[in-house]
Amino acid sequence: MDLQALSIKLANHDQEGMTFESIFITDDVLQVVVDQNEELPIYVTATEEQMLCITYLFDEKELKDNVTAELNASLLKLNVPVPLSAFAIIEGKYAIYGSLSVSSAFDDIAHELVTLGDNAIEALETLEDYLA
Amino acid sequence: MGILSKIFTAIRGGAREVGETIVDANALRIFEQEIADAKNALNKAKGSLTEVMAKEMQTKRKITAVENNIAEHEGFAGEALNKGDEALALEIAEKIGEFEVELAEQQAILSTFVGSVKALKQQVKQAEKSIKENQRQLVMVKTTDSVQKATMAVNDNLVNNNSTMSSAKESLDRIKKRQQDRQDQMAASQELYDQDTGADLKAKMADAGIGGSPKAKSDDILARIRAKQSS
Repeated sequence: MDLQALSIKLANHDQEGMTFESIFITDDVLQVVVDQNEELPIYVTATEEQMLCITYLFDEKELKDNVTAELNASLLKLNVPVPLSAFAIIEGKYAIYGSLSVSSAFDDIAHELVTLGDNAIEALETLEDYLA
Repeated sequence: MGILSKIFTAIRGGAREVGETIVDANALRIFEQEIADAKNALNKAKGSLTEVMAKEMQTKRKITAVENNIAEHEGFAGEALNKGDEALALEIAEKIGEFEVELAEQQAILSTFVGSVKALKQQVKQAEKSIKENQRQLVMVKTTDSVQKATMAVNDNLVNNNSTMSSAKESLDRIKKRQQDRQDQMAASQELYDQDTGADLKAKMADAGIGGSPKAKSDDILARIRAKQSS
């Protein structure tokens, strides 16, 4: 499924009362807001192989002093139990992301987006103590 | 050097300008070219392989035929000898000699074909391996590119909208507030529902004398009796 098709399908999709709003912020990047949580938009890009869904959590500048090493080690340990998503640092921003095959069915992609959205909120709540 | 270690080096360096690409467009083109070349080589090798294998089979058939001829003529020569016809036996033996020369020639040809098949199979394997490897690396390059596109788009978006990404704490507060609002709304609508269907409605009905309240009935009876007495 390409991003255009995904965007159209998302507009008409309702998953357990949750809605999806998606807009292209460039030709290649689709921004998806799940369940009105516009503070944590999901950025979706696609190659021939995979679809990549990224949510930025916070800037490393927002961290308290001297917690970076501990946080990073904790996130590495947390990566495995967190369903479908993993933590990352992209250009100085902590992020949570999931990737799936571009040949995935729409329901799988929708499930991925909902899960990523939930994971992002839960991660922010969990990591709040690390933020200055 | 593999692409993963290139990406790793670039990331670890960390001294990149914002928006500077880790993997330049050239690298992408080179990988795509290498994959195309390997696919070409693969197709050629496969084409040659089928051709050579067909020739190998033909040659094997020829060898079998010549071997059969030799066996057959050895039988003929034996028969000629049994009949005491030395001259014919010699002639047959010469023919056998010719067959043996042909056999040696065909066997030499077969061994070159066998060698070619082996080499071509090796080439096919090599090309397939090379394609797989390049494709794996290309996926890494393209994914890196994909991430960068997303990051740049997000940064551009923030700049264009003349805003900065709000802090994570603010975001979290807003999300929590929204979740609380939703819960409140749900609680409120539940309350409304209770009012509309439950105790509130029953009370109103009783006041209106609807729904068979015993008190309302006895009031009615008493009123009836009073009306009779006064008439």
